[in-house]
Amino acid sequence: MVLQLFEGKKIRFAAFDADRDAEIFAKWTNDPTYLRLVDHEPARPLSPYHIKKRFEEMEKEAGHALYYFVIRTQADDRVIGFAHIFWIEWNHGNAHFNMGIGSPDDRRQGMGSQAIEMILRYAFEELNLYRLTVFTFEYNTGAQKFLAKHGFQLEVRRREAIYRDGRYWDALTYGILADEWRAKNPAEDTAQ
Amino acid sequence: MHEHLLRGKLVRLTARDERDVETIAGWDRDTHYNRLLSVEPVTPPDRRAVRKMVERELNPKFYPFGVRTLNDDKLIGFVVLMHVDHVQGDAFVGIGIGDGEYRGKGYGSDAMNVVLRFAFLELNLHRVSLDAVSTNTPAIRSYVKVGFVHEGGTRGTEHRGGKREDLVSMGILRSEWQARQEHD
Repeated sequence: MVLQLFEGKKIRFAAFDADRDAEIFAKWTNDPTYLRLVDHEPARPLSPYHIKKRFEEMEKEAGHALYYFVIRTQADDRVIGFAHIFWIEWNHGNAHFNMGIGSPDDRRQGMGSQAIEMILRYAFEELNLYRLTVFTFEYNTGAQKFLAKHGFQLEVRRREAIYRDGRYWDALTYGILADEWRAKNPAEDTAQ
Repeated sequence: MHEHLLRGKLVRLTARDERDVETIAGWDRDTHYNRLLSVEPVTPPDRRAVRKMVERELNPKFYPFGVRTLNDDKLIGFVVLMHVDHVQGDAFVGIGIGDGEYRGKGYGSDAMNVVLRFAFLELNLHRVSLDAVSTNTPAIRSYVKVGFVHEGGTRGTEHRGGKREDLVSMGILRSEWQARQEHD
């Protein structure tokens, strides 16, 4: 078996291509519900120009410590979301992770599950990290179930750290250790 | 109204300038101290880096202070509100008493009390957060003393000297802080 890090059954990871992908990323920013699920910054619509600029700034700030993948479907090569590893603390083997599937039509079909399994494999078998950390919010119950299902543990509950729709919500931190992931994903025999 | 918003019982919070660079850089000779301040690998004292930090552009997400004694106006440490999120009303606080002579004597707790007053009465935040290395018991004891509550911890996030430790997360709500002021 040849190891495939970027090819899943339904999806694959590709590099962010500003010229091709900015349009669809901009389209998703018109959906505040989506933005609120993936970020604590105030929801705001962005043009493809702003998407490109933000990406360039993010890359500049992160230097080499940013691994940003666009999720594309195997079936018709559409861009459906993103998955990225950032804030890498190489000396501690810790990094943060976030992902999103932009359109509700593309959710609940197992594509997000495939993406998170691929990003975990990348984090632990390519970047050799010790652990991966992810932030989410009390109101995003979908993400909480999703993370628990994929082996993450709830580690921190920052009380009332998010104010939305007239009330406070807790900010949640989830973590998974390489050992926990490895226990469920024994090394494949790639020798032959 | 507080006449001296930035003044505590032992210390006051001030700006820092180029006259403080030598003192601040000197603190970095203490590896143990340095490791507790940041997840970055420690580096030897670097006056140019300290100068850059002291002269860093201020913005609404970043409120750094020097901690000076009321007694003799000596710079003994720093306290900083960072990642200030004015939309959500949240911020992170970092603190260090660089001068070892002043640790364990209430100066840090006093500085923390003052910066919380600033966070809640001047910035009008809803909560203040912090992370600490789980083995830093004097610091954690001080945070509990001023009203911080344990909110969890990330497992094995700190890797130094061949050992892994948790980072503990703590937070204080404006309401919790307010209730304590009425008791004082």
